[in-house]
Amino acid sequence: MKTAESENVPVAHGGDAHAAPSPRTEAAHGQQHPIALYLTVWGLLFVLSACSYLVDYFNFQGAERWGLIILFMLAKAGLIVAVFMHMAWERLALVVAILLPPMAVLVFVGTMALEGDYTHFTRATFFVSDGRQPVEAR
Amino acid sequence: MIADWSSDQRSFKSASWGKTMMWIFLVSDTFIFSCFLISYMTVRMSTTVPWPNPSEIFALDIGGRKIPLILIAIMTFDLITSSGTMAMAVNFAYARERRKAAIMMLVTAFFGALFVGMQAFEWTKLIEEGVRPWANPFGAAQFGSSFFMITGFHGFHVSVGVIFLLIIARVVWRGDYDQGRRGFFTSRRGRYEIVEIMGLYWHFVDLVWVFIFAFFYLW
Repeated sequence: MKTAESENVPVAHGGDAHAAPSPRTEAAHGQQHPIALYLTVWGLLFVLSACSYLVDYFNFQGAERWGLIILFMLAKAGLIVAVFMHMAWERLALVVAILLPPMAVLVFVGTMALEGDYTHFTRATFFVSDGRQPVEAR
Repeated sequence: MIADWSSDQRSFKSASWGKTMMWIFLVSDTFIFSCFLISYMTVRMSTTVPWPNPSEIFALDIGGRKIPLILIAIMTFDLITSSGTMAMAVNFAYARERRKAAIMMLVTAFFGALFVGMQAFEWTKLIEEGVRPWANPFGAAQFGSSFFMITGFHGFHVSVGVIFLLIIARVVWRGDYDQGRRGFFTSRRGRYEIVEIMGLYWHFVDLVWVFIFAFFYLW
């Protein structure tokens, strides 16, 4: 089991007699990519961060504000995951196994948004209708 | 993809077990941070007291001028820089240039430590201004609890990452993976792939900050 371990090749657990032959060739150099690519992404992340900071600096409000914030956030997250974390070069089986489960979080976000909205409604209706501070936030 | 999933013995052909396990850990960590950010969203939506304006709270006086959110912006650039140097370290490690890889990891650890330092400064400033997990002078009480929980947990991740980086940098510098020296805990021979796995963790910490920056500080 430890014979192939010193090689820079992912080996199967246990006896690797049945391991697919393809990883040996395609991953023989690990995830090695040109430095220029990393530097480009690095630069892009700087630009995107500066952009999202400027959203606050120039004090955008409303739909413009959160639209831009989410746009820059997703662009940065995508670059980090795809290039720095090498997701762009992994096989689809791993990409789906890793990226799909967090998508379920969006459902959670949805239900909790409804819940938060409802709590706000009940508080506004029953605790602060006379303009005083709500009891629990004193 | 179906062929991979239904194949004999292993589904993840391009990833070793070490990398796969780090990814699975990171998915579970994603859920933890999601829970923090979702609870923050819920309390912010449900409170009837105005939410404090982060742009003003995290402003700093520089040269007599109040610049909004500047410390957080510097922290963001610092963390992105550390991600860049980490990517370089991974590259050097696969090129088997162990000294360069170790130096890049030390640079990454330095930027990480700098980030934690700035966070300590930020915490000190807010605590002096009277922000507590249960109350603060600026508005909704939930601001403090969300702030300390979210940034505290993220800062803890960065701190652990710095320690992890220093350990791996030492081992790479010593040339363990060239000599096939056995690990202290595992008593197995390691591979340079550990630098990439370490990098996955580090980039993840940066990734989480992208979401915290957007939702907590900018929103």
